[in-house]
Amino acid sequence: MEKFSLGSENLDLRIRIAELERELADYRSGAVANSTTNGHATHGLDGEDEEDEEEEELPTPEDQDDKAVRLDLDEFRRYGRQMIMTEVGLDGQLQLKRSKVLLIGAGGLGCPAAAYLAGAGIGTIGIVDHDLVEPSNLHRQIMHTVEKVGHPKVKSIISSLKRINPNPKYIAHNYALTPENSIETLGKYDLVLDCTDSPQTRYMISDACVLLGKPLVSASALRSDGQLVVLNNPPGEGPCYRCVFPKPPPPESVLSCGEGGVLGPVVGAMGVLMSTEALKVLLSKADKKKRRKPAHLSPDIRPADAKDAPKKEESLEQKKFYMTIYSAFSDTPFRTIRMFGKRKTCQACSPVATITKESMRNGSLDYVAFCGGKGSGKYPPLTKDEVINVEEYSKLRQNKEGGLLIDVRDDVQFGICALENSISKKFGLNRLPLA
Amino acid sequence: MSADTIPITIELAGGLELLFDNEKKFNIDLPTKTKDGNAANINYLVDHLCVHHMKDTRRDMFEINGTVRAGILVLINDADWELEGEGEYELQPKDTILFVSTLHGG
Repeated sequence: MEKFSLGSENLDLRIRIAELERELADYRSGAVANSTTNGHATHGLDGEDEEDEEEEELPTPEDQDDKAVRLDLDEFRRYGRQMIMTEVGLDGQLQLKRSKVLLIGAGGLGCPAAAYLAGAGIGTIGIVDHDLVEPSNLHRQIMHTVEKVGHPKVKSIISSLKRINPNPKYIAHNYALTPENSIETLGKYDLVLDCTDSPQTRYMISDACVLLGKPLVSASALRSDGQLVVLNNPPGEGPCYRCVFPKPPPPESVLSCGEGGVLGPVVGAMGVLMSTEALKVLLSKADKKKRRKPAHLSPDIRPADAKDAPKKEESLEQKKFYMTIYSAFSDTPFRTIRMFGKRKTCQACSPVATITKESMRNGSLDYVAFCGGKGSGKYPPLTKDEVINVEEYSKLRQNKEGGLLIDVRDDVQFGICALENSISKKFGLNRLPLA
Repeated sequence: MSADTIPITIELAGGLELLFDNEKKFNIDLPTKTKDGNAANINYLVDHLCVHHMKDTRRDMFEINGTVRAGILVLINDADWELEGEGEYELQPKDTILFVSTLHGG
């Protein structure tokens, strides 16, 4: 051994590798036994080009709620680069394989988040979305491709994820999440990622997570800005979405990506960060003691670690809560801000909470109304006879009866295209309430 | 800048900069006292920004009932204003006040 010439970090890594190689040897014998009963493992190693089918249920381990989860040889190869990290290790990887994660939304956030979670070897990945892939999605929703335009997003994303990693069990929820079905849908998972795009779904998902005791990774993006926060983590201790935003914003201030625009890599970065936070939450459940000091290594080989361990436990006591905000065009693009934390009067997660599973299931909670709904904003919606469609207006113009045309969109949109002889008079945040 | 004003930095994010002619960061000298002689606090700053710096005419996109509207996070030197006393927080020289609109897109 040339250990005297190695830095302590190198030594650490060597020990880690030796440790994993030994585990690998152990599991290799287990994997052989597995493959004879399974009949699948043998060609899973090399011939990987048999993906075309999209509907099949993968023969991955069913309901892995006990410690019987094991890794095959190809899984050791696939996940080795993350497994040699002290934060992961064998137990961490097994924990990921045992985990069931639900992503709500297969759009700009959901696509990159799902890609990394699939790559990391999460055992079960569920995806909720009821939309179809549109050409305007492709600049940022990187799991969807040209051929998938017009197809359901959940099917499109799952077929892409299988190309990255065929091992996880993928579950398609091809419907819109509603208060009535949210408890049922979320209940089967360990962790939820909110990749949706409206205030009402964000409140609804947070409420369901609180009621079910699931941690929630939540992010959002618009234009060149993004926000990321981990909620209800640990369940019952961390603040929920309502603690952070007790009152919904006025509806006229809410813009979707379709209305306000969004830069692809900005929403992509937020999705990637969501996957990191998700892995952190899941790995924190792994048996740390076992991971840090494997049974066959005597504790005195790694004294540095032994010193570290108790410190980490203590820091849990005074946990503070943070939000990460990203402002791509700012001088300091990433900032982490300290949040107030759990609210004593929270409607969802405090002792005086009024929201219950029953009130969600029976649909008595109206999230659309809570968030101001369509047309209940400050400005009354336009009535039918105040609106003219493009064909009618085109006819009027041909007959020179077009009148004075005032374009209220902002300068950028006016610059992209505008009707001849129209006058640009931008109107605030470029939003007119429509019925 | 004189002794009658406090130098502070204003930052805007999450789309609020659009109300301020796309300015994301600027310095202002805020009067130390309100007209009634009270110390300048966040609520006073919000009014001051609406009157002197906001370019958009829709004040209610920023201020409602004497404070910031729902859906805007206020950070006083990178900490949630609720940790500092919310609208009653009295501004100190060189404070950085960040207003962030909550985002919902994805």
